[in-house]
Amino acid sequence: MVGAVNINSVTKKFAADDGSEITALNGIDLKVRAGEFISLIGPSGCGKSTLLRLIAGLSKPTEGTLFIDESEIKGTSYERGLVFQNAMLFPWLNIYDNIAFGLKARKVYRSSKDRVKSFISMVSLDGFEKSFPHQLSGGMIQRAGLARVLINDPKVLLLDEPLGALDAFTRMNLQDELIRIWKKEKMTMILVTHDVDEAVYLSDRIVVMTPRPAKIEKIIDVNLSYPRARSGSEFLYLRTQILKILNYAGKTEEPGYYI
Amino acid sequence: MEKLRPWLPLFSILLASFLDIWLPDSSLHTPTKAKYFLWFNIILGIFFTAGAIRTIFWRNKGKNFITQAPFYAAVIFLLNIFNLVSKKYALLPVIFFPSLDRVFSVIVEDSFFLASCLASSAQLLFAGFAIGAAAGILTGIAVGFNKVLSYWINPLIRAIGPMPPTAWIPIVLVVFPTTFSGSVFLIALSVWFPTTIMTAGGIQNIPNVYFEVASTLGAGKYYQILKVGIPAAMPQMFLGIFNGAGISFVTLMTAELLGVKNGIGWYINWQKDMMAYANVYAGLIIIAVSFYLLVMLLFKVRDRVLVWQKGVIKW
Repeated sequence: MVGAVNINSVTKKFAADDGSEITALNGIDLKVRAGEFISLIGPSGCGKSTLLRLIAGLSKPTEGTLFIDESEIKGTSYERGLVFQNAMLFPWLNIYDNIAFGLKARKVYRSSKDRVKSFISMVSLDGFEKSFPHQLSGGMIQRAGLARVLINDPKVLLLDEPLGALDAFTRMNLQDELIRIWKKEKMTMILVTHDVDEAVYLSDRIVVMTPRPAKIEKIIDVNLSYPRARSGSEFLYLRTQILKILNYAGKTEEPGYYI
Repeated sequence: MEKLRPWLPLFSILLASFLDIWLPDSSLHTPTKAKYFLWFNIILGIFFTAGAIRTIFWRNKGKNFITQAPFYAAVIFLLNIFNLVSKKYALLPVIFFPSLDRVFSVIVEDSFFLASCLASSAQLLFAGFAIGAAAGILTGIAVGFNKVLSYWINPLIRAIGPMPPTAWIPIVLVVFPTTFSGSVFLIALSVWFPTTIMTAGGIQNIPNVYFEVASTLGAGKYYQILKVGIPAAMPQMFLGIFNGAGISFVTLMTAELLGVKNGIGWYINWQKDMMAYANVYAGLIIIAVSFYLLVMLLFKVRDRVLVWQKGVIKW
């Protein structure tokens, strides 16, 4: 199996407008096993997206190193596919060309034209090849965005809140879709999310992060088999545990007096 | 009333024809070989009758025609009024406001010479436009993507760009070997500036995330410029080209005063000096029609290239 990600004491600092430094990530250590589904969860400002961008190679760490399998991450690569929040399909390309973009960019399109068709079918977008992104619904756009990345056969799939902008039902459908794809393609999945249910429903492990200082608070193993029940007792237990760590559990103690 | 609407242009044509036949001509206007305004009305009459009949049989196809009908009727009515004011009653100075018969007679009888003028203007315009647009897009891309080039070239663009192209005429006359090449240069310059500015601006305003997407999908730097930068900046590029086209029409008219002995702008100026105002109007009509067609052509090209924008942006 390939696609293990090693993050060794990574720190990322940004220069703020007033000249001061903002520490987005502070000494992060994390080993992502090859082929696992791991989620990074936490409130905004905890640096989870920054970490994902570092793995993608879109920015460089201020200190520390990141490795994929044996090689250090120095820049972007199609082997680390990134799915953006709003899919960010190219509005000037139709669905077919959007999905074929990676193959064309890597100059392997001629030899693997059939792949485009099969990936369009995989995300059930048959018949929409000639449509432009603005003609599609949010769920369809996100599925196309997924196919566009998957067609490159990445070792690691990075998901930056890919379902955040969708309605609840479309989101649940796409979560099942993600599991199906993951089981089929057997790649490493790293999901950034702020939806606790989503994290518990999808992941092998959940990395809970807290802001200021941005660090990993706890890593939780989810020992549940797929497909998971969204309201099983273990599911709810894990959910509560995560919310407690993030201080969002709400009031759980018994009231001190009764009227 | 709604039923009459498609027939309005025809009524207007019949009225104009009737008045033209029935009222006597003023003796101040030189008569023409044929009654051109009447012929004009007859041709339009056939066209609009066909259009009106079509709306009866194919309801869906004629919708546009029905919407436009009152407008066409009004235009013909205004021509009718002008015909009365000039040819029939000579209420305006005859030398500056010739009859429509005279104007149309120039277009018909002088058509070969006018066509050759139009051809030589088109030659100037297309040569200048092609060079200017190509140079503008290339400079725009270079400045938009390359910070070093932007640093060195941008001030130059900002200094030269806003100058009216025609202000260069004294220098162009000295530097260029022929008036043709000089005129082409002026037209190219007028297209170049807006195209450059809009292309560069368009590229600089592309959301960075599109380049990030492309690079995580395995696109190299040049592929990103070619397949992300240029298509994303295309709407802005077209805005620049449209602006440039407008300025280039003005420049064309002025450039033809440089000493070329042909061209529609030159024709108008020459006829003005001869006090042949019927010819001047004929030239103006030809310019209006041909520039209108050029602009429509540009719009068609834009709709083709920017088909993905339909429903996204309107301008």
